[in-house]
Amino acid sequence: MDNTQIQNSFKKGLKDGLPIGLGYFSVSFTFGMMAVAAGIPVWAAVLISMTNLTSAGQFAGLSIIAGSGSLVEMAMTQLVINARYSLMSLTLSQKMEKRFTVPKRLIAAFSNTDEIFAVAVNQGKEIGAKYYSGLSVIPYAGWTLGTLFGAVAGGFLPEVVNDALGLAIYAMFIAIIIPPAKNSAPIRLVILVAVVLSCLFYFVPFLKNVSSGFSIIICAVAASIIAAVVNPVNDEESETEQEANE
Amino acid sequence: MTTSSLLIYIAVMAGVTYLIRAIPLAVFRKKIKSRFIKSFLYYIPYAVLAAMTFPAIFFGAGEGTSAIISASFGVVIALVLAMFEKSLLTVALCSCAGVLILRLILDYFVF
Repeated sequence: MDNTQIQNSFKKGLKDGLPIGLGYFSVSFTFGMMAVAAGIPVWAAVLISMTNLTSAGQFAGLSIIAGSGSLVEMAMTQLVINARYSLMSLTLSQKMEKRFTVPKRLIAAFSNTDEIFAVAVNQGKEIGAKYYSGLSVIPYAGWTLGTLFGAVAGGFLPEVVNDALGLAIYAMFIAIIIPPAKNSAPIRLVILVAVVLSCLFYFVPFLKNVSSGFSIIICAVAASIIAAVVNPVNDEESETEQEANE
Repeated sequence: MTTSSLLIYIAVMAGVTYLIRAIPLAVFRKKIKSRFIKSFLYYIPYAVLAAMTFPAIFFGAGEGTSAIISASFGVVIALVLAMFEKSLLTVALCSCAGVLILRLILDYFVF
């Protein structure tokens, strides 16, 4: 294949990864603070970030650890929350050049986040391992350092400030789901169904005995099945979502 | 919380998350054809985030009446800013700042 059709510059990767890394720093800073507020030591917060590299999954994992949830619950929660990565990996696998061999892919899989995925697949050509590793370096450093700084800083903050920061992650989730919902009735439907179910599991007797990790899984799977049956998507819509995630 | 139980939690978290990412990348070469599965995977992130956020967000800023009232104020701020498509960081910081300010006012003057 002609080289002009392959994006494989490490430098270009670094450059494309810089804004992602800066964004990650601020999100993982919050993660670090919340981890310490939940009673998790600094080293463990940093280790979680270094081995997981995912926002929603880590925050959910945090609440399971803090609530002494079971390991099955932990595995199931991660599976459901991070299921989207399997689709992204699938898409990404179609965009990798020939020399992106399986061992290299096994390393690349580790840093397949929403944002890195979005930038990588939007290159408009096949991508190589050098470009991909350049793209991953700064976000990984930002995610790790942000967690460390947040975890250390979190210990010094007064309780009211810590309480207020408890809202940060949820506010971010709102900022992720509302903009695409504005222009899509099907997305509004899935959100509405998920919220109604989630409220039932929170307030209704018996249902509220279900641990939060499992109730999120049940609500999300049920809402997505309903949405997939009522409003099946076509390929263009899946593409639009990837751009919206960027 | 012992060090070993923490390490086991982290290993499970990291292991599951990694396998989800790695298996399709290394194994599957064909595209998913099922329209249902594609649709399901398309909706799942929104459903997960929505279920995680509500109603938990109202109790996310601590316990007690003033904490819940200020959290509700934070929800309104987040929703409004998200409607205007502000960045994640802006939405989060403004929402937290709103919660903190209202909480201090309520604790000082009302409760």
